[in-house]
Amino acid sequence: MSFLSQLINGLSVGSIYALIALGYTMVYGIAKMLNFAHGDVIMVGAYTIFTAVSMLGLDYWIAIILSVVFCTVLGIVIEKIAYKPLRKASPLTVLITAIGVSYLLQNIVLLIYGSHQRPFPKIISVKSIKIGENLVISGEAFFTMVITIVIMIILTLFIKNSKTGRAMVAVSEDKGAAELMGINVNRIISITFAIGSGLAAIAGLFFASTYGFIGPYSGAMPGIKAFIAAVLGGIGSIPGAMLGGILLGVVEGLSKAYISTELSDAIVFSILIVILLFKPSGLLGKNVTEKV
Amino acid sequence: MTILETKKLGISFGGLRAVDDFSISIQKGQLYGLIGPNGAGKTTVFNLLTGVYKPTDGSITLDGENITGKSTIEISKAGIARTFQNIRLFKNLSVLDNVKLGLHNRVKYNLLTSIFKVGSYSRKEEEMNKIALELLRVFGLENEAQLPASSLPYGMQRKLEIARALATNPKLLLLDEPAAGMNPNETAELMETIKFVRDEFDMTILLIEHDMRLVAGICEEICVLNFGTVLAKGKTSEVLNDPRVITAYLGE
Repeated sequence: MSFLSQLINGLSVGSIYALIALGYTMVYGIAKMLNFAHGDVIMVGAYTIFTAVSMLGLDYWIAIILSVVFCTVLGIVIEKIAYKPLRKASPLTVLITAIGVSYLLQNIVLLIYGSHQRPFPKIISVKSIKIGENLVISGEAFFTMVITIVIMIILTLFIKNSKTGRAMVAVSEDKGAAELMGINVNRIISITFAIGSGLAAIAGLFFASTYGFIGPYSGAMPGIKAFIAAVLGGIGSIPGAMLGGILLGVVEGLSKAYISTELSDAIVFSILIVILLFKPSGLLGKNVTEKV
Repeated sequence: MTILETKKLGISFGGLRAVDDFSISIQKGQLYGLIGPNGAGKTTVFNLLTGVYKPTDGSITLDGENITGKSTIEISKAGIARTFQNIRLFKNLSVLDNVKLGLHNRVKYNLLTSIFKVGSYSRKEEEMNKIALELLRVFGLENEAQLPASSLPYGMQRKLEIARALATNPKLLLLDEPAAGMNPNETAELMETIKFVRDEFDMTILLIEHDMRLVAGICEEICVLNFGTVLAKGKTSEVLNDPRVITAYLGE
């Protein structure tokens, strides 16, 4: 395969990471917590589609909508039950709770569907696009990239131009002052989880379509990689998550092609170490100087 | 007409009695000063009035409505707005957006219409822009509307904070040390601004201030706090000449 087609593969996987990283970064920016259960929401989203299509025989579009709605509600419910009571607890407590929620989701799915991998229905049937002599973009990769770009544009416009978007920026900057302006901080946090989880459902669809199989632990790896993507771009920054996700996907794709498939994950994870050592605030993050 | 009335308001943090037996009554359109040495509990009073702290005793009545123990959001909706001792603007948002955040609960539109930019969205956004720009114009900030709030000079940031607070359409405006960090010229200009806000918006204002020139210059009545209790209150000139007040400020 040519360099260009490797690059396009990387961009396609990268846009999935970017979608997931958006959920991490928005929740971090607004609720100041790392929601490590976010990756498992992707897996739940993929299982929802699997159940709807392969088990219940529903239409693809209905399955996708069902999955987005289910994950959105799941995100809100997780926040209300597991994180909201810990609003004033230490970050470590919240982090451990998030890991607990992650295991809970994995084990619920394990209990219902068993441990073996399930074939994911082929939902995205877009024709491959042939450009020139030897560059072929698979329909899935194309579809993934286009939808991701559309979602990112909508999200950016929403945050920049709507009342709720402004309130989200305000809450991420200063919760106390936002509350004194009469902004319902709990509602804004709920909306953030809802958006993040809805995006996770779409990421779940793309991820499962790309790899063809799903299992109860399918969400863990893309989840952790998207977290690295969010840190790479600057956690809390929305353009950062988009950039970080795409960069990470490209690095992973190219390492698989030109260095070694076995080593590609190690390379991706070492990015986290390098970024934390040399630019802890990430590529687009702001350097925060603590006031002494 | 009484806008704010507190009766025997008090709060304890563990064994510390931060504010005790705090009773004041502020009339509509009044400029009321709250003064006292550092650590006297002035900002704690503001935090009690805005619901950041819940009082352990006493009651707060705003325009006849009992707001004791209500949440910050409910109190904001009931009509108390404030500024902060250390300016707390939303730095990454534009000057205009800061004021529009103050309008958050005044202009309503559906979440979905804002995503698809249909229906009432554009009309309501336009309405918000109009009100916000009008407010900025009053404070001479209309040319800075699109700049990030953090790029404004200090004095303008203070004004923007007042504009943002007014955007919530309050019955009572709380100003926490508005002249902090200002030079005499800026303070003089601020005094004009505060008087202007009172007259233009028919606003009732309660302010904390250390700058005695400002307090003596614009407040009709003041209340002196010392160690969390009211040392003296009443007409500004009388209170400032009270020997007990002079002692609390200057020592024996």
